[in-house]
Amino acid sequence: MPDPAIEFREVTFARPPALPVLDRFRLTVEAGEVVAMVGRSGAGKTTLLKLVNRLLLPQAGAVLVQGRDTRDWEPIQLRRRIGYVLQEVGLFPHMTVGGNVSVVPRLERWPPERVDRRVSELLELVGLNAQQFGPRWPDELSGGQRQRVGVARALAVDPPVLLMDEPFGALDPLTRAELHAEFRRIQSRVRKTVIIVTHDMGEAFALGDRVGVLDEGHLVTCDLPHRVAASNDIRVRRLLDALPSVPRAHTDAAAAEHPSESGRTASAPPGDGR
Amino acid sequence: MKAVLTFWALHRGELAALLGQHVLLVATATLVAVALGVPLGIFAARRPRVAAPIVACANIVQTVPSLAMFGFLLPVPLVGGVGARAALVVLILYGLLPIVRTTIAGLRGIDPSIRDAGIAMGMTSGELLRQVELPLALPSIVAGVRVAAVVGVGSATIAAAIGAGGLGEYIYRGLSMVDTTVILAGAIPAALLALSVDGALLWLERQLSARRRTRSVRTALGAAAAVMVIVLISSGAASGRAHGAMVVGSKNFTEQLILGEVVAQSIEREGIPVQRRMNLGGTLICDRALLNGDIDAYVEYTGTALTAVFHQPIQPDSSTVFAAVRALYARTGRTLLPALGFNNTFAILVRGDEARSRRLQTIEDAARESSHWRAGFGYEFVGRPDGYPGLVAAYGLRFPQPPRVMDLTLSYRALASGQVDLIAGDATAGLIKALDLVQLEDNRHYFPPYDAAVVARAETLLRQPKARAALERLAGRISAADMRAMNYAADVEHQDITAIARTFLSRIH
Ligand SMILES: Nc1ncnc2c1ncn2[C@@H]1O[C@H](COP(=O)(O)OP(=O)(O)O)[C@@H](O)[C@H]1O
Ligand SMILES: [Mg+2]
Repeated sequence: MPDPAIEFREVTFARPPALPVLDRFRLTVEAGEVVAMVGRSGAGKTTLLKLVNRLLLPQAGAVLVQGRDTRDWEPIQLRRRIGYVLQEVGLFPHMTVGGNVSVVPRLERWPPERVDRRVSELLELVGLNAQQFGPRWPDELSGGQRQRVGVARALAVDPPVLLMDEPFGALDPLTRAELHAEFRRIQSRVRKTVIIVTHDMGEAFALGDRVGVLDEGHLVTCDLPHRVAASNDIRVRRLLDALPSVPRAHTDAAAAEHPSESGRTASAPPGDGR
Repeated sequence: MKAVLTFWALHRGELAALLGQHVLLVATATLVAVALGVPLGIFAARRPRVAAPIVACANIVQTVPSLAMFGFLLPVPLVGGVGARAALVVLILYGLLPIVRTTIAGLRGIDPSIRDAGIAMGMTSGELLRQVELPLALPSIVAGVRVAAVVGVGSATIAAAIGAGGLGEYIYRGLSMVDTTVILAGAIPAALLALSVDGALLWLERQLSARRRTRSVRTALGAAAAVMVIVLISSGAASGRAHGAMVVGSKNFTEQLILGEVVAQSIEREGIPVQRRMNLGGTLICDRALLNGDIDAYVEYTGTALTAVFHQPIQPDSSTVFAAVRALYARTGRTLLPALGFNNTFAILVRGDEARSRRLQTIEDAARESSHWRAGFGYEFVGRPDGYPGLVAAYGLRFPQPPRVMDLTLSYRALASGQVDLIAGDATAGLIKALDLVQLEDNRHYFPPYDAAVVARAETLLRQPKARAALERLAGRISAADMRAMNYAADVEHQDITAIARTFLSRIH
């Protein structure tokens, strides 16, 4: 049995004097799997991701990436193996789209032609015309385009692991649905190990192979979407009840009534008849 | 304005040289301030605990008036002394604050999520600094450089006081000659320089931030006005007077302050109130103030009056000069009272050890050595007809470099510390004794007699006969030894000038 791609072992993280953000938190993510973690704002979702790429270290327990404690990883090496899409996107305003996407390849000292080729490839992958968007500046992009660039940048050196922090949070529902579809399309091609965190149960159902619920520092559940949808746990139900309607009816209706911008219809959400 | 243009046309070469010195001084100082200030700012921005004290230090430095700063640095080895190097140090210190501050502000102002993005992508701290933090902080840093450079252009005019050259030399020369044309000849290019430096760096700043949300970093454009302020403050000496009081003036060096106080107290002893307006810029400022009625009396030296005030040829005989000056003053409504008793001729001074080892006694002896010497002179001495040009001609002095122009008081110390080898001081200076300097004999009688005497407005003396009587009683009572002793007490022993004058008056009465 190979090591899981990411493993949280009894991880406790606190910023005293506040209560621990994560309290003996346990989670295992297998290679090539998409785990969507749901939690309300302030639940510790961003903290969870930062523990994976060693922007933070746990006070107790251990986070293992490819079987190795993050404490034992050389931080720079670890981070270059992990793509990170920030909640605020965090594009560098003084670099063009092409410049942003090629940051890590350039840090890795790829030859310039290879960098250029990779930038075009990545922009096309996230559905942006490389010729048109490569030379643009971040402030010349729409919110959805910015998110796509953020994803392209995170995938630049083909890292095995991808962390996504509410990547589609600030978008309108249509753009969002389109990006969900794009994400699944990309993931089917690149097969990364992905942890995606969101406050929206609907998004988690749309994207996750498994859906986890984070509440008061604990992992309440982490299971297949239809099982989570059927949960009777009050902490899970609260998040489910915040949705406009039950997942099956909602997503089906949304997919049928609101074809995405590009004209593609979002494929059925995972857990729906799989 | 036409006069200024004519002046520039006549002094093209000199103007270009001074402008060049000015630009070089400011540019070098600003570059060094950037080289020191940016790393310091980066260091401080990452350690908030260090940032506060660093900025506080820089703030304190900034509040020290530049002339005082030049004074502090004078005795410091390596960085101090007179000349461009000391001026450079002062300008660098002034430039540091704005640069450190804007570097810190620029780095702190970066959106934390952008920094996080860089770290998460696996940038080392060096890569993060070079590729993300510095480029984003650059417009802010350039704004600091802009302030530093513009303030530098202003401060550099003051550097002329310690012989660093630059456009300040015209301003100082103009001030001591009360010649607005010369002041403007220096002040206008300095102001224009400040404005163009400001404009150029503003443009650069805009270019740099054009690619981003315009972060308008507003900084003092008014700093360019600094040059004008200096001129205004220095020349704004005269205004208002109290009723019924006599106004006593003096020039701006110790002996004059003491004599002014002696004159003032003599009048006060007669029960006449006295208003003091001491420390006026120079001979011509005093003369103009007396003529205008801004002051009623001050102590002048006969030779100075003859040449600098009345533009008459030099004469060697003391009583002839006295009579001539007295007549000239009388024609312009002023009375020269009997001489006080000492002759404050220019003293050509060298270091005591040098005089002894080379057996130097006269200025003629010094002329032999002048080919490997550097001279340092006050602004007045360089500009006056009875000063430097005539001296060179009379003795055939041959200095390899043009003399260093510096503040008179500073020149004694510059001589003592070996930065120059020959200066023109005052024969009665207390520092001569204190610093072991030797006065060379004027054996060709180049310098005219400089007998000290009170000159007063005739009209005031008519109104105040008691004051006149009191001042006449001072005639012949102050010997050269007395004067040197009083100067020594003030300059070296730092005694209070009022007390020195009081003690002296009680002794002679
Ligand atoms: N830099 C920080 N300093 C102190 N507290 C923080 C910091 N970042 C986050 N927190 C706190 O930690 C908790 C979890 O934050 P976070 O992981 O960002 O939550 P989420 O991403 O789920 O909204 C919150 O209560 C938040 O206030
Ligand atoms: Mg968050």
